[in-house]
Amino acid sequence: MTYTGRFRVWRGDADGGSLHDHEVEVNEGEVVLDILHRLQATQTPDLAVRWNCKAGKCGSCSAEIDGRPRLLCMTRMSVFAPDHVVTVTPLRTFPVVRDLVTDVSFNYAKAREVTAFTPPAGLAPGEYRMQQVDVERSQEFRKCIECFLCQDTCHVVRDHEENKESFAGPRYLLRVAELEMHPLDVADRVDAAQDEHGLGRCNITKCCTEVCPEGIKITDNALIPMKERVADRRYDPLAWLGRTISRRR
Amino acid sequence: MTATARGVDAPGRAGIDARTLRTDRWWLPPAATTVGLLAFVVYGGVRAFQQQYFFADERYLTPFYSPCVSLGCAAEPGAAHFGMFLPDHPLIPYAALSLPFLLLFRLTCYYYRKAYYRSFWLSPAACAVPEPHAQYTGETRFPLIMQNAHRYFFYLAAVIALINTYDALLAFRHPTDGFVVGVGNLVLLVNVALLWGYTLSCHSCRHVMGGRLTHFSKHPVRYRLWTWVSRLNTRHMFFAWITLGTLVATDLYVMLVARGTITDLRIVG
Amino acid sequence: MTETERHDYDVLVIGAGGAGLRAAIEARERGMRTAVVCKSLFGKAHTVMAEGGCAAAMGNVNANDSWQVHYRDTMRGGKFLNSWRMAELHAKEAPDRVWELETYGALFDRTADGRIHQRNFGGHTYPRLAHVGDRTGLELIRSLQQRIVALQQEDHAATGDYEARLRVFAECTVTELLTDDDGAIAGAFGYWRESGRFVEIAAPAVVLATGGIGKSFQVTSNSWEYTGDGHALALRAGARLVDMEFVQFHPTGMVWPPSVKGILVTEGVRGDGGVLKNSDGERFMFRYVPDVFTGQYAETEEEADRWYDDQENNRRTPDLLPRDEVARAINTEVKEGRGSPHGGVYLDIASRMPAEEIKRRLPSMYHQFKELADVDITAEPMEVGPTCHYVMGGIEVDPDTGRSSVPGLFAAGECASGMHGSNRLGGNSLSDLLVFGRRAGLGAAQHVAGLERRPVVREEAVRRAAATAVAPFEPSSGGTSENPYTLQTDLQQMMNDLVGIIRTHAEMMEALDRLDALRDRVRDVVVEGHRQYNPGWHLALDLRNMLLVGEAVATSALLRTESRGGHTRDDYPDLDATWRRRVLVTHLRDDDDGGASDPVVPRVVVEPAERAPMRDDLLALFELAELEKYYTPDELAAHPGRDRGAA
Ligand SMILES: Cc1cc2nc3c(=O)[nH]c(=O)nc-3n(C[C@H](O)[C@H](O)[C@H](O)COP(=O)(O)OP(=O)(O)OC[C@H]3O[C@@H](n4cnc5c(N)ncnc54)[C@H](O)[C@@H]3O)c2cc1C
Ligand code: SF4
Ligand code: SF4
Ligand code: FES
Ligand code: FES
Repeated sequence: MTYTGRFRVWRGDADGGSLHDHEVEVNEGEVVLDILHRLQATQTPDLAVRWNCKAGKCGSCSAEIDGRPRLLCMTRMSVFAPDHVVTVTPLRTFPVVRDLVTDVSFNYAKAREVTAFTPPAGLAPGEYRMQQVDVERSQEFRKCIECFLCQDTCHVVRDHEENKESFAGPRYLLRVAELEMHPLDVADRVDAAQDEHGLGRCNITKCCTEVCPEGIKITDNALIPMKERVADRRYDPLAWLGRTISRRR
Repeated sequence: MTATARGVDAPGRAGIDARTLRTDRWWLPPAATTVGLLAFVVYGGVRAFQQQYFFADERYLTPFYSPCVSLGCAAEPGAAHFGMFLPDHPLIPYAALSLPFLLLFRLTCYYYRKAYYRSFWLSPAACAVPEPHAQYTGETRFPLIMQNAHRYFFYLAAVIALINTYDALLAFRHPTDGFVVGVGNLVLLVNVALLWGYTLSCHSCRHVMGGRLTHFSKHPVRYRLWTWVSRLNTRHMFFAWITLGTLVATDLYVMLVARGTITDLRIVG
Repeated sequence: MTETERHDYDVLVIGAGGAGLRAAIEARERGMRTAVVCKSLFGKAHTVMAEGGCAAAMGNVNANDSWQVHYRDTMRGGKFLNSWRMAELHAKEAPDRVWELETYGALFDRTADGRIHQRNFGGHTYPRLAHVGDRTGLELIRSLQQRIVALQQEDHAATGDYEARLRVFAECTVTELLTDDDGAIAGAFGYWRESGRFVEIAAPAVVLATGGIGKSFQVTSNSWEYTGDGHALALRAGARLVDMEFVQFHPTGMVWPPSVKGILVTEGVRGDGGVLKNSDGERFMFRYVPDVFTGQYAETEEEADRWYDDQENNRRTPDLLPRDEVARAINTEVKEGRGSPHGGVYLDIASRMPAEEIKRRLPSMYHQFKELADVDITAEPMEVGPTCHYVMGGIEVDPDTGRSSVPGLFAAGECASGMHGSNRLGGNSLSDLLVFGRRAGLGAAQHVAGLERRPVVREEAVRRAAATAVAPFEPSSGGTSENPYTLQTDLQQMMNDLVGIIRTHAEMMEALDRLDALRDRVRDVVVEGHRQYNPGWHLALDLRNMLLVGEAVATSALLRTESRGGHTRDDYPDLDATWRRRVLVTHLRDDDDGGASDPVVPRVVVEPAERAPMRDDLLALFELAELEKYYTPDELAAHPGRDRGAA
């Protein structure tokens, strides 16, 4: 089935921009990214869109469709009625570069602040032994394709520019959880999670989980368990007592 | 309410006039949550202080009055299983030893936090819908930092759930008729089972059972427990709502029987 | 023209896929100030798409595995055209490279005793692929990316600057390599995609790790990045390409809906029990077992089905023949009218195992078909057909160091050549990236350490590169202006139709004619707008690389008059042993003025050369009877089996 679809695409740069109306051919089985490519090929050759794999694997094509953070290459046109006007804008949490492309360097800066994987001293490569049940939790988190949709939707930074400094965002709190649950990691990031990465700012409202294209249960499996680990360390006198006693022994 | 010039309209971000471009009915879930929670709070508040109609057929004790430890409980012989020592005062609920903690348990529950942050505090009302606050510090400061005490309320809630279970079991024994089963027994039982579902699916419970471990393989029993709790945990929101419903339904049932509006149907005995 | 930003590094790595990142890690660990440049964001290179796994003979699942077995499988898969030295190094070093990833934080699936789990794959004798579900490439690239971040953290601790010794230039495209007066590498020239600003990075050693060329074909599993930039950059810098006729068509790509045509359906589907059927419902692969493999594959459906459970006593299903064989078979079935409605064949797993099992084993395939094609693979068969997947050909390199013929220029990964011969085995690419990425990084570091004088960038070359880069903004001289998107579509269509899976002399001649016509049109490409993140402009610049590479492929394919691996000639359908020792070398035509006659897309020539013969001890790893299928008798005179036969 082929029809003429109606689109509103934001075009502009940091100095300003606006939504432009377009009518574009839509064919059966297409995704929003196909439409944008057709726009480039036929009407707006310089429309800036970031993409790479077109298969939902690289996390490059993040944007907002009808106000919701999504991957352009995994949003099928068939979810819209043919007369629906589809609005496409760049991510609204990061500075815009041009059209649908934003500057996501915030995320790379945050990535550097998480203490890297730290294996035990003296463990030779090839000697790593880990049970499947012990790696499964971290494996779920490693499915992350770094699309930064969770970072975009999280109100802590989306609605509060000033929080960007003190908040790593769900993606990197997820990374902290991944390393904390890694069976061979020996570094300790619990205090840093609270003090440096801003775990306390998360109010577990789950928007990150809702948008994650990989279906990672970010809030339930990473953020809340990390909050509990922080509570163990900071806010639980009994756990503290238990630790102190077992350390004495 | 101030528009945040530091949010989606902060300098450098794409200049889009609409604060949200969502076209769906995003306001519906928070609105429904508000209505649901308020309805429960109002009902619960009225009943907690009513100090009447809490014990029916000489054996059904509503969870809103359990454990019944006020001197006022004497009005209904057999309602108090753990002694009566709190003064009988209109501002002190008969179950003053449990209700505040149950309230705090739910208030600090990770699910309810999400629910009321979204619906009452609009922070955020829905994803990608800007929140109305100029400043936001999350749970980093007093009072919200107290949310971290949730695990203690979990421990207490587990004790209270035990008491509720005891109540539900005890209700099978009628002081004069001996072992009986009435519809009210089933109501109490279903309620208590779902309360356990809610309590055990708690995130703190999941953490205590095994979530805090790094090597599951070295603790097979705790791993098994963690797996069970994890499975329940995915339904925590369901339990959170359904137990609000069953608490009200149970209480209402006991109240109506106690008032004589309806009579409890005996199935056995 | 705006100013050019200038940087200076010891080692410049172009490409941030598996090969590039591993090279950068090595160079930095050897004390070199290193830069990595990539067209996309950091961590999103093509490697991220790899699904199946990374081949390494660790013997975790079957202890009989060893580097010798892996070596033999690789050579067989490549039909004995591989650089034997590369295949040897690869088979020996792959396990170390995989284990090293664990020290970077990688979490592979585990065996019951806590080691890395390994899975079966086409052409591999034993379960050999280290994997994480069906997202192994993601794990690989993320581990390397995180290792780079860890090194940057070390530098930050030491110097206060994360980028003091290792910097990633993301979304930056290199358009030209820069050489000094005597032809040695002096650096590279490119532009920031975001701003369109020009950059010059001076470096006495450059490692090319730019991946493949698949985007020149219409139906491909490859992304927009795969425009053959590294191949073209190397050619223009004076290096040689080899084996360019060998392009791997993966047998199973999606064929419908049109917008996803070409997206890969992992070989894991067949490895786990999926079978190919034509429109008659026949499992046709049994009819397509070639002579060189007779006796190695099951002959009846019953035996093939038993193999999944009992691999010791049964032979594997011909559905798992090497990719070239399966792709050709599908092609023939479709041509002879036994295809599916959308021009593929059926890949059926739904009738072979319960729905739950399929979802558990192949989560991302289930997801992919559900999301993109509305097909529930647990209930109906998939429609699949060949898709351009990998290029075996590439920059000619020294196996041990990754050095090319140009001083200071190194290459690794898909853009380098030799390792895979005429056909790559699944899973051998990821391990190739690690083994030779590391070696290229090491080679580059040693090269720089041994330099007496740093080569100097010629200003003139920088100016010329800048002029070429902005040319598409100027109105065309011919009056007609070409749209880059149209030109790309025409090129892709042509390559697909004429230089695709099955080739003939006449088609190659026609392809070369059409390339000539495109070459004229590319000069008239005009782009709109300005330089800030302008995809039309980016494409216009990529087009010249695509054309150059297309010409190398078509010319090489014309010359090789035999069929082998990723090169099938309808007019020469058989393997020809005399071609085994010949290698086709592509370089710029230097009869006129060093390519100046057409600076946009210089002309290439392809010439045959002799392949180095395999070392005797390696040759002795094979049975004589097998070698005789590939070698001429006189090449085997020294094989120990021959003496025994004579005695
Ligand atoms: C769908 C799919 C599945 C696959 N599955 C497997 C598998 O299971 N097992 C296996 O072994 N192999 C698999 N492969 C093959 C394997 O993934 C690739 O061959 C391999 O990843 C190539 O890695 P690379 O490091 O050479 O290059 P890439 O990872 O492709 O990286 C190329 C880099 O070069 C950069 N670049 C290119 N041109 C320029 C330029 N002009 N300037 C600057 N930077 C540039 C790009 O931005 C990119 O960063 C698969 C391939 C595909 C497409
Ligand atoms: S759950 Fe926490 S991290 Fe996730 S979006 Fe909400 S506030 Fe942000
Ligand atoms: S956690 Fe999910 S949403 Fe966030 S970056 Fe990773 S894949 Fe994207
Ligand atoms: S383009 Fe890779 S995820 Fe969309
Ligand atoms: S009760 Fe809801 S999380 Fe503990």
